[in-house]
Amino acid sequence: MEKTLKEIVDGYRKKGGNIITLLQGTQDAFGYIPREAVAFFSEELNIAPSRFYGVATFYAQFRLKPIGRHKITACCGTACHVKGSDKIISGLKRELQLSGENDTTGDGEFTLEEVACLGTCSFAPVVLVNGSVRGKTSSDAVVKEIRALRKKENE
Amino acid sequence: MSNTTVIRVCMGPGGIAAGGKEVLDTFEKCLSEKNIEASVRENCSSHQVGCMGLCARDVLVEVHANGAKTTYQYIKPDMVERIVTEHISGGRPVAEWLVDDAFSAFYKKQVKVVLSDVGKVDPEDIDAYIAAGGYESAREALTSWTPRDIIDEIKSSGLRGRGGAGFPTGLKWELGRASAGDTKYIICNADEGDPGAFMDRAVIEGNPHSVAEGMIIGAYAIGASKGYVYIRAEYPLAVERLKLALHQAADRGFLGTGIFGTAMDFDIEIKLGAGAFVCGEETALIASIEGQRGMPRPKPPFPVNRGLWQRPTVINNVETLANIPYIIRNGCSWYASYGTERSKGTKVFALTGKIRNPGLIEVPMGITLREIIYEIGGGIENDKSLKAVQTGGPSGGCIPASMLDLNVDYDSLARAGSIVGSGGMIVLDEDDCMVNMAKYFVHFTQTESCGKCVPCRVGTKRLLEILTRITRGEGKTGDIELLERLSAGVKAASLCGLGQTAPNPVLSNIRYFRDEFVAHVRDKKCPAKVCREMLTYRILEKFCKGCGACLRACPGGAITGAKKKPHVIDPGKCIRCGACFDVCRFKSVEKE
Repeated sequence: MEKTLKEIVDGYRKKGGNIITLLQGTQDAFGYIPREAVAFFSEELNIAPSRFYGVATFYAQFRLKPIGRHKITACCGTACHVKGSDKIISGLKRELQLSGENDTTGDGEFTLEEVACLGTCSFAPVVLVNGSVRGKTSSDAVVKEIRALRKKENE
Repeated sequence: MSNTTVIRVCMGPGGIAAGGKEVLDTFEKCLSEKNIEASVRENCSSHQVGCMGLCARDVLVEVHANGAKTTYQYIKPDMVERIVTEHISGGRPVAEWLVDDAFSAFYKKQVKVVLSDVGKVDPEDIDAYIAAGGYESAREALTSWTPRDIIDEIKSSGLRGRGGAGFPTGLKWELGRASAGDTKYIICNADEGDPGAFMDRAVIEGNPHSVAEGMIIGAYAIGASKGYVYIRAEYPLAVERLKLALHQAADRGFLGTGIFGTAMDFDIEIKLGAGAFVCGEETALIASIEGQRGMPRPKPPFPVNRGLWQRPTVINNVETLANIPYIIRNGCSWYASYGTERSKGTKVFALTGKIRNPGLIEVPMGITLREIIYEIGGGIENDKSLKAVQTGGPSGGCIPASMLDLNVDYDSLARAGSIVGSGGMIVLDEDDCMVNMAKYFVHFTQTESCGKCVPCRVGTKRLLEILTRITRGEGKTGDIELLERLSAGVKAASLCGLGQTAPNPVLSNIRYFRDEFVAHVRDKKCPAKVCREMLTYRILEKFCKGCGACLRACPGGAITGAKKKPHVIDPGKCIRCGACFDVCRFKSVEKE
């Protein structure tokens, strides 16, 4: 991890940038912002950790917990909302046994992410499975896919 | 007449979602496999293009051959081979896959300015844009116009900011020009955060060069030497295509030092947003580019006087900038010939929701809602009846079906209690609950409130609590009046546009659908049967065939019954998810 972090800091020093670009680089590399990364940057750049956490918690893009191996992204935009995204999300939460603020399954296999709008409103409701679009979809269809992914993992 | 055959595959947001990439790849593979018919291959090329508009029928494919254009709809990779064999080699279009009348109706009332090259030019090829006349406006402006000429031209065109507020663009540039300072910035706001709006994404993905060209002209007009595009990280393809476009433009000498052979230096840098709706607000956006938490600050000073790094900064929206090259090319009177007295030109809308033909449309300002919904959009899906049209997203409001003949322009929509906004247009039908919609938008703004000022931070929270209570059947007498009073306070006292407009969906929905709010509060009923907590599900014995579909679908184990015998729902166990209702083929599940 330290080597990657070093590279990110070097890039920042060379090309200029700011806390946001630094954290974006970190998240690209690790999928989240590890505690160690903030400590490292803080030490290297002499910027208080609170400044990093201030930015990281302000923007929806950043996460402080590791991301699951498979990412399910449910769109909650207006078009998806009127086409029943609520039902899809509650169905997926039941399947993945997620409750409250928790967005990742205990085994670290799946993360369910809710996003404001993906901009593919003509195909509402929309869910991304590992980044690829499932349009006019339903909770059942996505659950089926989740189970298939699980089965594949177990084989 | 050219004998070259060109195949254009829609790779807009919709086209890609429907598998446009696979279709394009299959065309390319298919064409090279059939290399034996050399004449076909040599004269035939397939291109990706941006959004063609009618996303509902994606993947859309256009075949241009022998001077004629043929458009196919709903194309999947396995249909490609037949098109190549029968149409491209054989000259006989595949009749059953062609678009129908609804397709031409979709385009008939549209006027394309910003979108005129979207769906026609390959967004990854600068030569395609140049061949369509691209960068000519910038060249002419920089070499033979004065900045004053440009500002006057844009002022005369009547163009107003397309990001939502509708501030006159020419005036903004004039203020930027007049502002004292050696270093000035121009920023393109591509932080399209409105849920239900995707026109900026479609413009950047479909024709990124038009945005760059608009920025070059704007920079010259105000005297900026550096530009930024602040774009959502959620739009990776738009970012990629914009990056490529900027590289290509720099290679041609359109960006960098001494651009177009003049003494002007101008560069554009991309800054990725990190997912905060409030960063659409100008001062918050500036804070975010500077690497801080994106929190707005009081105005004045306005960004044109003190913006990015305390320097004069002009911020324009994507669609606004993409209009500029076309206005310079065709003249301000041409542009002003479209639209109404105070709202000139055209506007791009993302038409979605319960509409038969959802997609991206560009219409002259002043067109009626009726024309948009029934002529362009083809009417309401599943023959339901129209209830309202939501415009302006979380800052806007709804227009009820009774006001369908309303003109769509800045002033008419404002009078009706909504706004043009960035251009989301969501069609709602009889099955949509207006209390739930108000709650949806307030939930959104509450989550996105930056927390800096109390009226917005606490006010939206209280609004959401009251709305949540009402949708749960726990509404109290006086709640509606409380919502109105609280909304007025939040509007008046919030620091920035987010808070000032956050109560709009609540006020507008109460204004036109007060009865529905009353039904929730007084009768504890949701007339549209949306609010879960107020619903009860019941199986009608006489229709139930005992197929067991609902029993298997029920996640709570609330349904029991023997095979081929009517089933029953245990209300104590029912979580009101509606799975049984959705799955029943005999309409035997009733909700009320």
